[in-house]
Parts: sequence; structure tokens; C-alpha cells
Amino acid sequence: MAHLLQTTFLPSSSPLIRRNQTYILRISGSRTRVNAKIREIFMPALSSTMTEGKIVSWVRSEGDKLCKGESVVVVESDKADMDVETFYDGYLAKIMVDEGGVASVGSAIALLAESEDEIAEAQAKAAASGSPSSPSSETSNSAAVVAAVPHPQPEKVKLAEPAAVTVGSAVHPASEGGKRIVASPYAKKLAKELKVELARVVGSGPKGRIVAKDVEAAAAGPAASVAAAGPAGIELASVVPFTTMQGAVSRNMVESLAVPTFRVGYTITTDALDALYKKIKSKGVTMTALLAKATALALVQHPVVNSSCRDGNSFIYNSSINIAVAVAVDGGLITPVLQDADKADIYTLSRKWKELVDKARAKLLQPHEYNTGTFTLSNLGMFGVDRFDAILPPGTGAIMAVGASEPTVVATKDGRIGMKNQMQVNVTADHRVIYGADLASFLQTLAKIIEDPRDLTF
Amino acid sequence: MHYSAAFSQAATSATAVPTISGSRHVGALHSSSSSCTLLIPSKPINLRFCGLRREAFGFSPSAFTRCSNSQRVQLPSRRRFKGSNVSASLGDNGIPKSFDYDLIIIGAGVGGHGAALHAVEKGLKTAIIEGDVVGGTCVNRGCVPSKALLAVSGRMRELQSEHHMKALGLQVHAAGYDRQGVADHANNLATKIRNNLTNSMKALGVDILTGVGTILGPQKVKFGTDNIVTAKDIIIATGSVPFVPKGIEVDGKTVITSDHALKLEFVPDWIAIVGSGYIGLEFSDVYTALGSEVTFIEALDQLMPGFDPEIGKLAQRVLVNPRKIDYHTGVFATKITPAKDGKPVTIELIDAKTKEPKDTLEVDAALIATGRAPFTNGLGLENINVVTQRGFVPVDERMRVTDANGNLVPHLYCIGDANGKMMLAHAASAQGISVVEQVTGRDHVLNHLSIPAACFTHPEISMVGLTEPQAREKAEKEGFEVSVAKTSFKANTKALAENEGEGLAKLIYRPDNGEILGVHIFGLHAADLIHEASNAIALGTRIQDIKFAVHAHPTLSEVLDELFKAAKVKDHASNPVSEPVAV
Repeated sequence: MAHLLQTTFLPSSSPLIRRNQTYILRISGSRTRVNAKIREIFMPALSSTMTEGKIVSWVRSEGDKLCKGESVVVVESDKADMDVETFYDGYLAKIMVDEGGVASVGSAIALLAESEDEIAEAQAKAAASGSPSSPSSETSNSAAVVAAVPHPQPEKVKLAEPAAVTVGSAVHPASEGGKRIVASPYAKKLAKELKVELARVVGSGPKGRIVAKDVEAAAAGPAASVAAAGPAGIELASVVPFTTMQGAVSRNMVESLAVPTFRVGYTITTDALDALYKKIKSKGVTMTALLAKATALALVQHPVVNSSCRDGNSFIYNSSINIAVAVAVDGGLITPVLQDADKADIYTLSRKWKELVDKARAKLLQPHEYNTGTFTLSNLGMFGVDRFDAILPPGTGAIMAVGASEPTVVATKDGRIGMKNQMQVNVTADHRVIYGADLASFLQTLAKIIEDPRDLTF
Repeated sequence: MHYSAAFSQAATSATAVPTISGSRHVGALHSSSSSCTLLIPSKPINLRFCGLRREAFGFSPSAFTRCSNSQRVQLPSRRRFKGSNVSASLGDNGIPKSFDYDLIIIGAGVGGHGAALHAVEKGLKTAIIEGDVVGGTCVNRGCVPSKALLAVSGRMRELQSEHHMKALGLQVHAAGYDRQGVADHANNLATKIRNNLTNSMKALGVDILTGVGTILGPQKVKFGTDNIVTAKDIIIATGSVPFVPKGIEVDGKTVITSDHALKLEFVPDWIAIVGSGYIGLEFSDVYTALGSEVTFIEALDQLMPGFDPEIGKLAQRVLVNPRKIDYHTGVFATKITPAKDGKPVTIELIDAKTKEPKDTLEVDAALIATGRAPFTNGLGLENINVVTQRGFVPVDERMRVTDANGNLVPHLYCIGDANGKMMLAHAASAQGISVVEQVTGRDHVLNHLSIPAACFTHPEISMVGLTEPQAREKAEKEGFEVSVAKTSFKANTKALAENEGEGLAKLIYRPDNGEILGVHIFGLHAADLIHEASNAIALGTRIQDIKFAVHAHPTLSEVLDELFKAAKVKDHASNPVSEPVAV
């Protein structure tokens, strides 16, 4: 009779079916106990050698009604992908292991509620079962299995937008203005992956279409939604999922590990620069602009330091010198870019810089204003830091860490001891394309320019 | 060489042995045996024993393989004399009427070509009328050039997959492509196959009449402006054209059909593909490999309707989800406007059920892959009182055309896409061969369930027979049990060696008697693998017998071997070894 009840997806009563039945989700909760209405769905053993399984996809989503025999989840074992069916009717109350997650055989991957009313209860229970001990008290027969789970299920990490996930990429969300958002399929996919809100991404494709690189740029920069991460109060001992920006930074930082870098430091006397700064400060010139300008002029003479290697097979001498300068903003870090810093005069550059900083604070930077840098400056001098070490942003050739300029007692060549303002710079570079001598001679040039800063003002 | 020997022997005895192509088949199967004469009588007997669709037997070797077989070229002159003999004798026995030809085929696509070749083999004086180019859709605007594009896309995909390359220990730097070069490859392939097709027919003595063919009346056809020819039998094989739903304006540049897409005149950044059947899927494979992003628009609730649901699901997971593809399902594209004056292509979508406007898409190009519509324009069906049904020429199971009153039109047949039974090139060819069998005096009904179909994505999808839901429906109606066996490519050594373990093969069968109801394969070279199953269905081979057949190790064919062995059949093998061979 059983086969009459089954759907087309579950072949009936053949010897094969019997094999299939080993794939049917084992669900705990002893049937004799009347009150055990919330059942756990366990990672099934799909083969004799399987110890853990990866959730390929949830066929059903939370809240769905399930009938006995229906496919609920696709599990990848060491051998094959298998549709896994439920053995009970009920509602899928809580998914405990998300798609892509791995769970060991026998560990709970979801909760099944018998009736709709119990969904909430199940979810509460899931939330409470951060420690694996609570379900073990539920039923005796499942205790052993559950106890064997080495780690609590990562339900807390699950992000709060299941709706967006289940809708798939199909609909264009409307922005506040009711305007449609046009984004290419890959851009949408990426946005979902990188958790970038498309409504806040400015498209650079035809007719303002959002394309993949816009999303990537948005993920790398702060233009996307980070507002949620307010500084209001820090809850200690809580797991905080990365904001979009933190995620992007994290990815970039990890990515940077693939680049073989080295560092070269240099001490530069800044008396002349300081004097110049004092002179033209009133005209709105900033130190950052001066440093950027000096760096750009040095880069003109050392194009290799302004090159970038992206694929590991070739590199490009960048056609323009775009100096990115790291700026701390609340909740992160951004690098507004002074484009063609070698060509613009110091006053224009200073105005531009102010503009960029304002925009950065207002989170209004356009992608091209923060992701087109070819060389990066990072200055912690204002904190009194005298030297530090920067991590090379992927896709660029070098980054310079600038320390504070401080009065230093120095011995001069003529055998005297004197007081000079000196700052230490430390350049981190991609050794695949930039070698020690390149950096050394670049720094020598830079020191010359800073120590004799006439060229900075033309 | 045994093959050709068997064939020529069979051909010379064409009039004497009724199941001639069957015997040829036997010759091919037992290629180690040099004595064909022994085998010829024995096989038909065997067949009757099997009792199952013997009529399907012998026609499975498709016309594809035939057209390029150069060994055949030597035969025609001899055979043509025979051909006229046959027609003369027919004339003597039947109505004393002389026709220009025994058989005229309207349309020189793959269907017409297959029919023509078989007709010559059976000794018929044959002409084929073509108003466009020889080869029809398949060769010029379909299967053939698309395979060229897919060959490129498959390689591109592989070269671009860093992960895959790394796993094999290969290093490839910056794979790129030249669009024109790819387009030329497709075009050259079409030209080559077209020439092969033309030459094979010419060499066999098939008259190729150029011009649009119109049926003037029974057994009478006009071609070109005013050439009239008569024939004892006529086969309509006019094929189909891409179907474009109303509201969609095709400009051939930004809103295109497969006809245009195959020329690959440009590779858009973003292309919407309307329809997620095998045409749409194949093109999504090509376009994404060449760097486009794709949006599927599907009227049904699920992508890839028509495939076995399980295969479709897996295929979606492999062919759609990880690629630069998104999709809208359950929507109709009611209006598609080509790009003009700097505006992109706009596509208006409505909900397929509620008919309410749902969305508007702006894309760089749209490919209409909503299926194909029969092409019967100018065919003169009205002259013989035939009314098309949804455009298709109505036929019975023997491809005989029926008129408006439901009566058979004598001496008129329709094969291929024009009759809509199964819109596949090889199905058309098989139907053509079936018709030729009938007009040369052997009743024949083609078993369409034995005709395989394939979708040449990477990896490929192939199928024969029923899908699981179809099989279960049939089982319920007819009261038998259905079982399913599955095996994964992950368990196949050769697939793993290629680092292509993604795939599934599925066998739907009757556990009581071992009949194969359907086989569905998704995985590396699935299209080539399906034939073991389709041949088994065509020949009525049962699982309990075929499971003893040996497969070379390690090969992908072991996927099917495993499938057959996984099946649990209650019946025992029928005749394990008929003739033991000493080694």
C-alpha cells in the first residue's frame, strides 16, 4: 500500500526503493511520545563510507509544508549528490545548516514541525540549542547521535534575509524612487554572494546598468550598505557577522597573501617640506596632497613601481599615476584616489582631496573614485606612529606606509650633530614585478623630491 | 571492411531478401564473421522470437553515418539499373502508368536525405526537390553549426576553469578567442557537411531538382516556376523554421533566432534567451563560455521543461546556477523591441498565469528559442485538400498524410519537423526510411520511443524513451510496476580521470520483465552514451540480457553497464549464449 501514497519522485516497492530508503531522512522523536512534535532532520548516511555531507541545496524552504516522500534537501556525499526525502509529514520549521554547509552524519540539519503552530516553537528551540546538549534531553534514542556532533550548528551565522535568498535572482528590486534597477545576471549573482545591496550600487554599464565590476567595487568600498553597523554599543562576546565592507576588506586581505611582498624603508628629512607646507597651507594645501604629489612625481621616474600584476603571468605599466590614500571612516577604511596626481598642480590636488574626503565621509564615493588607485599611501603619522608596515592591496604594485615626521638628532656628513625633522617611510611591494633595486631607487628619488620640494609647486 | 562487404552483398540481393538492411546490420554486429549468407536468414527469425517491434529493427543506423561514408560511392551505378528494373516491374504489375520517378522527396534536409539514400538502396528512382540549400535546418542552421560553436565553448570553458586545469596539473595562460574565427569554424563545418550531403546523393544518382516544390495534385509536383514532375510516391520533408511568438520583432541583429545566432555576428554582454529548452540551453552554454551573461525567460514554472525532472534539476545546478545566468520562470515575453537609437533591447514580461505585467528587461540582445514552427508555405496542400493542424501536416503512425476529412491521401507521406511528431533530425531520417520501407512493400511503423535525443551542453544531456513521470503515469494506466536505477559519474573511473565526475545516469524500467522504459543521462559525453540504451529499446533487448554485455574498462560506457547491473529484474536472462565461441 505504501507505494500508492508516494509521489512520482519516490519509486515504489522495487528493490531499488529499498536502497532509496536508506536515504530517507532519519528524524528523531520517538513515535510513542505524543508530545514530541518537533522532529530533527539528520544528515543521512548516503554511503557506508560517508562521515559528513555537504548541503548542496535546500529543495524546500522554511515554512514549507512537506509530505512524506518529498525531496527536502540535496546532499553531496563522498560519492554522489542525492535528493533526500522526508519520512514524515510536517512543516520545515528551521534550516540549521545552510546551503554549502557541511554536517557530520547524524547531526541535525533542520527541524520539522508537525503543525504550522509549532514552527515558531521549533525556531525558538533551534535558537536555544546553541549548545548541543539540549536536544539530547529530548529523546533518548537520538541522544547518542546528537552528542557525537562535534560543534554546534551555525544557525546564528545565518543571515537575516532568507527572503532575498529564496526569491532567486529573478526580480529587479525597486529602489526608493520606484525606479527599476537594471543589473546584469552576473552582477546580481555577485551582489547576492557579496551581500551588496544593488539599490546602492551605481552602474557603469550601458545606460547605467550595474555590471559585475560595479558590484565588486561596491563590495570593496563603503558605498554599499554599512550603515547598519552603528557604533552605538558593542555587545561583548557576541558573534558579529561582517558588514559588507568588513567582508570586502577581509577578502582583499586574504587575497593579498597570494602576493609575494617585501619591504624597503627609508628615512626622509622633511625640513624643506615642512617649510613649504607652512608657506602654502593658507592656500588650502594639505600635507596629504603634498605627499601624494611628491610620490607621483617620483613614480614618473620609476614606472615599474606604478605597475600592477594581476594574473601572475604578466603585468601592466599603468598609464596614469593614481595615488590612493587610505582614510579611516567609521566602520572601516577607504582609499579615495587622486587621479593623475603627477599632472595636476598642488592646489587642484588639494581641493580634489578635500572633496574626496567629504564624499568618503558621506559615503558618496563613486567606484572610480576609490578603486582606480595604482599606488597607495597610508599615513599614520598623525597618531605619532613613527613606522609601520602596510599590506599591499591586491591589484596594485606598491603601498607606502608613512610615519610621523619628528625632530631627530642626526649626525651630518660634516661631522656635526644637528636637529632635523625626519620621517620614516616603508614601502611594501609586489616582488613579482618590483625588485629591491627598483624600490630603493624610487625611494631615493622620492627623498630627493621631498628634501628639495620646489617641483611640488611647479 | 567487413561492414562494406556485408553491405554490398546485401545490396546485390536487394530484391530477394526482404529485410535487407536488417541483414546489413547483422553483418555489422558480427563483424568477425565473414559468412553473411548464414546470418541473413537467421536474424529475422530471432527477431520474430523477440516479438517486439521488429519493424523498428534495421533502421536505427542513422542517415548521418551514412552520408559521409565514402565506401558507398562505388555501389550506385550497379544499383541504379536495379532500381529501374524494380520500377518497371512495379509498373507492369500495377496500374499501367509511367511516372518520372518512383519517389519524389520535397525538401533536402536530413530527413529527405535519409529517405533518398534508403530509397536508392531499395532500388527506387528518386528525386529530391530543394528550394533553398541542401541540408536544411540541421546542416545549415541547426545541429551542425551549433556543434561547431559548442565545440569551441566546451574548450573555452575548460581552459577558463582555473580550478579544473589546476586539478589536472595544467597551466594555461589567458585563454581567449577570436569571434570571427569561431564563426568561420561553424560556417565551414556547415559548408563541408552540406557538400558531403549533396555529393552523397549525386553519387548515388538521386536527382536534385532546384526550386520550391508545390504539390499540384496526386502524384504530381511542380518545382521552380513551371517544371512539372510525376512520381509514384511523394514525401513531404519541408521541415521547420524558428517559431517567433507574436509581439516579438526579430531584426536579425539584436533580436535574433537560432538562424542568426549561429552566424555569431556578435557576442553581446548580456543576452536574454527566451525559452529554456535544448536550443536555449545550448546557446546559453555557447554564450556564457564566450563571456556573455544570460537571462532565461521561460513560460513554464521550471527551467528545462521536457527533460526528466531529476535530470533537469541536476542540470540546472550544473549548467545554470554556477554560471553567469539568471532566469525568470512562469512569464511570457509579450513584446520584444530590438535595440534602436542607442536604446537597449526591451523585453516586456507578463505573468504566465495572471497575464499581469511583471517586469521589463533591458538587455543587449535577445535570442528567441521558443521552439520551431513547421514550414509548409507554398507546398500546395490545398490542391489535395489537406489542412494543417497548428501548422503541422497531419499524418498517421505510418507518416501517411490525411486530408481534411480524415482520409488518407494516397501516395503522399510527410516526415520530419513538418509533421511535428518528433522534431529531431534523426527522427526525420528514421521516418523517411520507414516510409521507403512501406512503399517498397514492407509494412513498417517507427517506434518513436526508441529515438534518442541529446542536448550538447557541457556536460551533455541525453535521453531516450519515457521520463520518470511519464513512465509512472503509463504504469498506473496499464498496471505494471516501475523501478528506477541510478548511477553517478562520480563512480566512473574514466570520468574521474577527466576530472568530470559531475553527472547522473538514470534507468527507468519494468522490474517484472526487464523492459527499458527510458534512460536519461547527464554527464560527460552523454550524447554518445545514450545509444546503447536506445538500441536496446529499438531491438527490444531486456536488461537481464544486456547486463551480461561487456564494456571496456575504463570507459564512460561503464556508466550504462553499472546502470543495467544496478537494475533488479525478476525475469531471468532469456538465452545467455546462443553460439559459444571458443577462444
